[in-house]
Amino acid sequence: MNKSDLVKMLAKEMDLPMRKAEEIVDMVFRTMSAALVTGSRIEIRGFGSFVIKKYEGYTGRNPKTGEKIEVRTKYLPFFKTGKELRERLNG
Amino acid sequence: MTLTKADIAKKIADDCGFMKGEATEIVEKLLDIIKQRLIAGEDVMISGFGKWTVKSKHSRRGRNPQTGEELILDARKVVTWKYSPVLKKAVNSSLSK
Repeated sequence: MNKSDLVKMLAKEMDLPMRKAEEIVDMVFRTMSAALVTGSRIEIRGFGSFVIKKYEGYTGRNPKTGEKIEVRTKYLPFFKTGKELRERLNG
Repeated sequence: MTLTKADIAKKIADDCGFMKGEATEIVEKLLDIIKQRLIAGEDVMISGFGKWTVKSKHSRRGRNPQTGEELILDARKVVTWKYSPVLKKAVNSSLSK
C-alpha cells in the first residue's frame, strides 16, 4: 500500500472527499516528520513509537589505502512496533 | 518532547477544519488502515516519510539470558520501518547544526 491507496481508503471509510483525505494524510505525515526533525519522539499507543538515534562521528580509515576519513555525526529515525500491533501480527 | 496521537488529532482539527472529536476519529481510522494492511502481510510505503515492511522470522532456539535456560522461540512476524532518504536528510540538516 502506498500513500494514494491510503488516501482512497481513508476517503471511503470516513466518507470524505478525496482532496480532503489527501490533505489529512499529508498533514499527518508532515506533522510526524516535523517532530522528528526537531529531535522529538513520537509515541502512538497500539501502533508504535519513533525515536531519533544519534551516531557519534569518528575518524575512520580506508583499509585499502590507510587514508584517514572523517565520519560525521549522524541522526537516524527508528521505529519500534507497539504492543498491540506486535500481538495482532501473530494473533 | 513527545508527539502523541492527541497532538496529531489537534493539528488535523486546527489545520484541516474538523471538530476535535472528528479529527480524533479520522486519525484513529488512518492508523487502523495502516495496521490492517500490515497484519494482512502487506508493506506500507509513504513517500517522503518511510516504509513499513512485514518480515517473517523462522523459529529458533534461544536462551533466557537471566537463567540460561534453553527455549524454542516460535516463528513470528515482525514489522520493520525504514526512513525515507528525504526524512533522513531533513533530520540531519536540522539536528547537525
